[in-house]
Amino acid sequence: MISFLVNGVPREVDADPETPLLYVLRNDLGLMGARFGCGLGLCGACFVHVDGVAVPSCDTPIWSLAGKSVVTVEGLTPHPVQQAFLDEQAAQCGYCVTGIVMSAAALLDREPHPDERRVAEALDRHLCRCGSQQRMVRAIVKAGRDG
Amino acid sequence: MAEPRNDPSAHPRHGSPAPADPSAEPRTDPSAEPRTKTSAESRTDLPKDLAANPILSRWIRVQPDGVIDVQVGKVELGQGIVTALAQIAADELGVGMDAVRMVPAGPGGPDEGMTAGSMSIMDSGSALRVAAANVRALFEAAAGTADFSYAEWADRVDLNVCALADVPLRSEAVLVGQDVARLDLPDKIFGRPRYIQDMRLPGQLFGRVVRPPSRGARLLSVTGDLADGVSVVRDGSFLGLVGADEARVVRCAESFRRGSRWAEHDSLPDEKELDKFLRAGPHETIEVIDDAAETHGGDRLVRATYSRPFVAHASMAPSCGVAVWRGPAEVDVWSHSQGVFPLGRAIAAALGLDPAGVRVEHAESAGCYGHNAADDAAFDAVLLARAVPGTPVQVLWSRQDELSWAPFGSAMTADVAATLSADGRLTSWHYDVYSQGHTARPGYAGGVPGLLAATFLKEPADYPAAVDPSAASGYGGTRNALPGYDLPRRRITGHRLTESPIRSSAMRALGAYLNVFAIECFMDEAAEHAGRDPLEFRLAHLSDPRGRRVLTAAAEAAGWGSPQPEGVGLGLGYARYKGRGGYCAVVAEVEAESEVRLRRLTIAVDVGRVVNPDGVRNQIEGGALQSASWTLVERVRFDRRQVTSDTWETYPILRFSQVPRVDVTVLDGGGEKSVGAGEAAQGPTAAAIGNGLAAAIGVRVRDLPLTSEAVITAIERDN
Repeated sequence: MISFLVNGVPREVDADPETPLLYVLRNDLGLMGARFGCGLGLCGACFVHVDGVAVPSCDTPIWSLAGKSVVTVEGLTPHPVQQAFLDEQAAQCGYCVTGIVMSAAALLDREPHPDERRVAEALDRHLCRCGSQQRMVRAIVKAGRDG
Repeated sequence: MAEPRNDPSAHPRHGSPAPADPSAEPRTDPSAEPRTKTSAESRTDLPKDLAANPILSRWIRVQPDGVIDVQVGKVELGQGIVTALAQIAADELGVGMDAVRMVPAGPGGPDEGMTAGSMSIMDSGSALRVAAANVRALFEAAAGTADFSYAEWADRVDLNVCALADVPLRSEAVLVGQDVARLDLPDKIFGRPRYIQDMRLPGQLFGRVVRPPSRGARLLSVTGDLADGVSVVRDGSFLGLVGADEARVVRCAESFRRGSRWAEHDSLPDEKELDKFLRAGPHETIEVIDDAAETHGGDRLVRATYSRPFVAHASMAPSCGVAVWRGPAEVDVWSHSQGVFPLGRAIAAALGLDPAGVRVEHAESAGCYGHNAADDAAFDAVLLARAVPGTPVQVLWSRQDELSWAPFGSAMTADVAATLSADGRLTSWHYDVYSQGHTARPGYAGGVPGLLAATFLKEPADYPAAVDPSAASGYGGTRNALPGYDLPRRRITGHRLTESPIRSSAMRALGAYLNVFAIECFMDEAAEHAGRDPLEFRLAHLSDPRGRRVLTAAAEAAGWGSPQPEGVGLGLGYARYKGRGGYCAVVAEVEAESEVRLRRLTIAVDVGRVVNPDGVRNQIEGGALQSASWTLVERVRFDRRQVTSDTWETYPILRFSQVPRVDVTVLDGGGEKSVGAGEAAQGPTAAAIGNGLAAAIGVRVRDLPLTSEAVITAIERDN
């Protein structure tokens, strides 16, 4: 049994300690906002916050989370970055968006008013195949400016 | 969190009455005098998709509470089509967006074939508009006034009748032409369950397939660690695992992958010699045009050869399928396929089932850019579900399988040979393009299933090389091989490989990507030979006013002709997609010092009457950036046996910090019919980048992708 917080709620998870967090979130806790993209931490679709840091949940084994605090996109919603994404229609298929929202939120916590270059650098662990990057960067800069 | 779409009991398929019979004659209709006309008479003038599905209730159903369910046969692939079609329906029905509910494509709705080729606005939009006008007219007639409520008359108007062609359309556009926000984005941005990967049917099991290590491999023996609650499914060389705990199923699949022995052989060509492979044949010859066999005698001959490698779809989500085996000849399937009806028929064909027993409904996934593994994953789910009757099974592909087993966009190579007169006019144009076929969709090539797993079963299905869409559908390898310029003495020929060990199929723009790259790079090379400016040279050969307009608009917006700093170049690219779709011109600003860097894309498009301007901009931006990624970094890698580019490290795509600024101008094409926007930017963007690079470094790189290595190879060639 491994205990950690998910969106502020204490959870006791009875699963193989090697189980990646992503499966626990999606299948045991019904939190679908983190998406499976590659299983290797290389695309960013599954990002969550662990103790405030944006990390891939697909290759984070649950044993490493004992006593920690996990926040998923559901725990963040509604966030100004999400509203900015809607305002800018900053998505096409949307599959990469929730992971990007997590990294963007963590960036704005560290650095409330980033410029376009800083945002792009901060999102370099995330892939978007539809080509919505420009709109997303614009949305995040705007959320920082208005926030 | 449980949404109705994830609950089979609340699902329209299960909850709604039996679908209307398309062959039924119009039933008694209290309102409509003209409906005594026979359906055959009026059908001839209906838009194509409505003529094929004339019963109104297939498209539109009015609920007692006044909510209007609209169901089309086209599907949401991340391109925003469902929102644009909702705008069209709402306008014609005379209601707001809130009154319309878009139902996913499926058995109760119209069969509109594939969502492909940038045809949805044209085909589905025109059909839906006339269907909606019919519905509105029926309600108006029943109510006896134009000022009626749909809710009030819902149970008194029968929509199980055929559409008529002569119902007047509303001329006033309220929603059409506006930037209406995408209907599906709130769920996706807030992280609500919406994708097929999020479906969790009661009792659902998770499945994984253990793919062979290489093409043509046959399974000899299997061992592996089987965890509690996980079982193995095997049929010939098809091997899968099913269980309730997804992480455990994944671990078992990995154990079985390691524990399986396969008979393998080398089947792939040398990745460094794709040009030779594509030219070796056997080929089918496609004659696009031949106005004059001989070149123009005394003029200067210019020739060049261009190429692209195999390219992967590389969608952000691995493909997924869900299926429930309901009875001996009955299966329900959910898929992110581009064509749920053709997929159903292919599944039936592969398993020898009556097609009526295979019901496929669309469920959204991540972006789809052509024939990816969606159909394959659906069939995988069917095969695993067959082993556990009555229990839903969801199959998710691995990233590695997605990048190596889904069909690829074909490698291509093209030779241009043209003559140039002393006064700088092109006087002949010979073009030969070599490619694999661009479609291997379910049911292609005389009805083979076209489903990957079917080729691994105990009784394996054939999987012949990909074919090409017909000329009427815009061709495959020769799509856009015919330049839009005024050229005399053209001979344009395609050479399709009719045998290949590499699975290719439709990928965004098909052959148009390489053909436009080749034609437009060549236009720059010819302009240079003629001592002319590339824009001026193009305009001198282009009489189509809409083409001239996008070229001029993009050039002006980009500051064409202004001096550029050392190491920076501007390049142009232009085409009209398929020769009859959207016009697009791109100017790329490319910097090349230690690496090739795309700084800016300036784009002008004309796609006729625009339904959703921001939707068009979004599609053009996305198409251009995806094309930039193909053009700058992408290449499927393989050795003689297997694909080796199977992770994001070995198959890189453009990253945030590499993405250029993109500016899109949508020109008013108000008077012209609407055409698609999704594939218009692909070719012109590639060409603009190629031409911008040549302008920046003074060296022509003709082989894609335009990496630093390709630049070095080109410099060595020139020396």
